[in-house]
Amino acid sequence: MGRSLKKGPFVDEKLYRKVEKLNSARKKEAIKTWARACTIVPEFVGHTFKVHNGNKFLDVFVTEDMVGHKLGEFSNSRTFRGHTNKKEGVDAAPTKS
Amino acid sequence: MPRVAGIDIPEKKKIYYALQYVHGIGAKFAKDILAEAGVDGDQRANEVEESKLAVINSIIDSGYLVEGALRRQVQQNIQRLKDIRSYRGDRHRKGLPVRGQRTQSNARTRKGKKKTVAGKKSVKAK
Repeated sequence: MGRSLKKGPFVDEKLYRKVEKLNSARKKEAIKTWARACTIVPEFVGHTFKVHNGNKFLDVFVTEDMVGHKLGEFSNSRTFRGHTNKKEGVDAAPTKS
Repeated sequence: MPRVAGIDIPEKKKIYYALQYVHGIGAKFAKDILAEAGVDGDQRANEVEESKLAVINSIIDSGYLVEGALRRQVQQNIQRLKDIRSYRGDRHRKGLPVRGQRTQSNARTRKGKKKTVAGKKSVKAK
């Protein structure tokens, strides 16, 4: 179900303030954040975020098309290394990346 | 044979239902269009006068996305999700359900016909 319009999009306050600060200083630097649920607003375009995926921070460069999505949508939190295949001896690669 | 929206030629059925053979027109839009054109929905499709059909066509042309244009729009939306590397785009790429459904079982619509894996006995043997 969609979010009530009355509330407007959910934007992480602290993150938003940080972006504003960078914007007024005309600077661009990666911001580390855990706010995966934060909606991407137009002000974020052109910035790079390091979005936590539960393990590490993945770089997300925000483009215009991403506005309206959430930061977490671009920082995958699952690892899928394929299925095991006994016949061909393919193991679900246990290597850590 | 009456032609609506370029290619479609439904006939013999009531115009209200015949219209719904057009991709992008369902019960709601068919009703709206007929009301706007002032056509009785219970008429058979081949009994609707040419002039009325023209009106219906112009209404669809001006206000509705149907057939090719609609399909293209849907594809573009999916392509957009893929291009921005979003989670939903990823699911489309992998041919898995996009909206958080379970995939351990079911999800056959997206995954296609069952591919049996050798060596895997039954669900119980797991």
